[in-house]
Amino acid sequence: MATTVHEPPKVEPRRSPESGHSGNGGFRNLVPNNGNSTAVQDYATAPSRTAIWVLLAAIGMSFAAFTSALIVRQGASLDWRHLTLPPILYLNTLVLLASSMTLELARRRVAVFMGGARTADQNPARWLYVTSLLGLVFVAGQYAAWLQLRSRGLYLATNPASSFFYLLTAIHALHVLGGLAGLTYVMRKLQRAVLRRSTLDSFSYYWHFMGILWVYLLLLLWMKL
Amino acid sequence: MHDMSAHAAAHHGPPTSFIRKHVFSLDHKVIGKQYYGLGLVAVIIGMVLSWLVRLHLGWTNYAIPGLHLLSKNGAPGDVMTPEFYLQLMTMHATFMVFFVLTVAPFAAFGNFFLPIHTGAEDMPFPHFNMMSFWTTFVAFCVMVTSFFVGDGPTLGGWTQYAPLSAIGSVGGPGQGLGVVIWAISIAIFCVGQLFGALNFIPNVLDLRCKGMSMWRLPMPTWAWFITSCMGLTSFSVLMPACILLILDHVAGTSFFVPSNLVINDQLQPHAGGSTLLWQHLFWFFGHPEVYIAIVPGMGIISHVLITNMRKPMLSHRVLVYSMGALAILSYMVYGHHMFVSGMNPFSSLLFSFPTLLITIPSTIIVLILIGSLYGAKLRINAASLFALGFISLFITGGVSGFFLAQPSIQILLHATYFVVAHFHFTMAIAAIFGIFSGTYFWFPKMWGRMMNDKLGQLHFWLTFVGVYCIFMPMHYLGLAGNVRRYQAFVVDYMQPLVGVHQFITIAALFTGAVQFIFLYNLIHSRFWGEPAPDNPWQGTSLEWSIPSPPPHDNFGGRHVVVYHDPYQYGVESSTGDYLMQDSPEQVKNAHDEP
Repeated sequence: MATTVHEPPKVEPRRSPESGHSGNGGFRNLVPNNGNSTAVQDYATAPSRTAIWVLLAAIGMSFAAFTSALIVRQGASLDWRHLTLPPILYLNTLVLLASSMTLELARRRVAVFMGGARTADQNPARWLYVTSLLGLVFVAGQYAAWLQLRSRGLYLATNPASSFFYLLTAIHALHVLGGLAGLTYVMRKLQRAVLRRSTLDSFSYYWHFMGILWVYLLLLLWMKL
Repeated sequence: MHDMSAHAAAHHGPPTSFIRKHVFSLDHKVIGKQYYGLGLVAVIIGMVLSWLVRLHLGWTNYAIPGLHLLSKNGAPGDVMTPEFYLQLMTMHATFMVFFVLTVAPFAAFGNFFLPIHTGAEDMPFPHFNMMSFWTTFVAFCVMVTSFFVGDGPTLGGWTQYAPLSAIGSVGGPGQGLGVVIWAISIAIFCVGQLFGALNFIPNVLDLRCKGMSMWRLPMPTWAWFITSCMGLTSFSVLMPACILLILDHVAGTSFFVPSNLVINDQLQPHAGGSTLLWQHLFWFFGHPEVYIAIVPGMGIISHVLITNMRKPMLSHRVLVYSMGALAILSYMVYGHHMFVSGMNPFSSLLFSFPTLLITIPSTIIVLILIGSLYGAKLRINAASLFALGFISLFITGGVSGFFLAQPSIQILLHATYFVVAHFHFTMAIAAIFGIFSGTYFWFPKMWGRMMNDKLGQLHFWLTFVGVYCIFMPMHYLGLAGNVRRYQAFVVDYMQPLVGVHQFITIAALFTGAVQFIFLYNLIHSRFWGEPAPDNPWQGTSLEWSIPSPPPHDNFGGRHVVVYHDPYQYGVESSTGDYLMQDSPEQVKNAHDEP
């Protein structure tokens, strides 16, 4: 003879809306905002925060698959020829990590900017431009690395090591280009002053993941190739 | 500035133009129906291909009228060549597994009902959702074109084992361009699935309405959520595999082509690759994929049965935990497809053990379903019959799985018709029954009209008998040593089995013909069916609280507040023996989860 009406649990006022947590495991109730059942009040997690982890999980699995392909292929036969990584890769690494730092600089300034302060030297758009520029420099640097390999006579199908080099760096570069498209979206939102913090946060997770992924790939290539 | 979180993403006004309403729609309901239509076209193609394949198996030199139209060289005089047989068989499986079993129970019903079940207005990223359908559609079109370019579609099986898949056109008709098209199509399909997962998972985690805790989600939603997590992690492995395969074809790499391979007296140019690598990558995706095909069906038929039994399951939570266990274990068992592949025999033990373990959650699910039926007065209608049929088929298929899980027995049974019987029962037919059950159940909500139930029940009985006639004899064939993927049985010990094949073919053609009853029912009801009430089945979940068909924003702008778990049946309430999830009424004899 239990009653069936359960009052939703009390909202804990100290739970910050923008604490950045990805969802508390789903154990909470969401309050509709002005009758709009998907426009939820402050303490709901923005779906983009969950979605970005979904995306990063997928990308992570893809590179895990490529990694295992590399390891198996290396063990499969005797035609593995180790190659020396083009030195420009190390410079590209610094460029990509620098772009992560400039992105963080931009993030610090966005809150201030979106809150009303519009002074020119506090404009986070500048730092976002720098980030996108560094991203482009990274991709260009990767292209330069491919040219360096080509000049050594190492092409995509020359030997398995070179195959994996081109494959992994190219696919990572494609994802960085995708990130640049995302950054363009973020900058346009900022320009119109409608950028949500969750959008910027989600984008920055993606961008930092690209940096971390690149460091991982560099280590993998350095150790294995 | 307030973070309106889900607001801007999901909030879009009703469309006005024809293109926005019916073609490039942002509405999850339209996208769900589009997926359903795609699945319907794909299943018709897959079924016709199966008829052609079956005809050839029963009557090898039979001239099928018009067959020469489907292929340049594959059917001289309308008689199927062995290579063309393999091409048709490959395409049958490819269309069915990808464009029917992944699309219909998951993307079609899931897109339509998941936001409604969670109490949301729409998916969180409607543009990505729209792109998920159109990406899948493009993948479908690319796959269809493989029939009409070069020397036809690939013949290497939907599993595309290397080296046959990687060596190019020297491997046979369709092994050059056909494989590349197949791999491109599947790679595009993987992207479409990712866009879907990007919507499903955040919807379940972040867009639930007030009072909707995770445990108050209906069973299909749990199933779709678990399936999205599986799809996310498994399709992301298939796509790299397809990329490597494409590179082997077009870029001269040797990921999968081994050394010293001589075909037609020619030493193959690429070398050093690992054929086993393809199998590892493929089956790491492939086993979760079969659970992606079946888990939504489990969710759907549970939902249908509960509504028709008028009592909840024995344990909602154990059912959900079991589906979750299936998902997790599915990543650990993939090597059971590779027991005889030449990998270390010790690893067979490592894969056989979790394969046997995975029978536990499967059995728990089946036992809960059957146990819940005990003592229930089940309403018999087309939907509940197909749900019962699902249980029967899944048990039959699961039992044969026990045998296949043992490496020692699999040495005998690998690549025989025993395996064909097993996966058709567990995955193919059971999932199709899940789709049928969902269709008969949800058609009133989706199109606002009732289907003809008498025709539906007739459809069920004829199909049920038909599929058992088709696939039961295959167990015997497999034990007798009948190898699969052979286009004819000329070896002495297989010749006596041709009669069984002929019986199966007749059963297949009969069962296929019966599906026209369903097709007729579907189309006739869509336009001339009796108008459906909001809640024709006296259901409790949120989809029954809105009009049939639902308005653009699902709930008509009202606050949705949920007070109970989704299966309050067998109670005494003002509405009868059930209590809607969003009803604030308090009742006795409630069955709330703690």
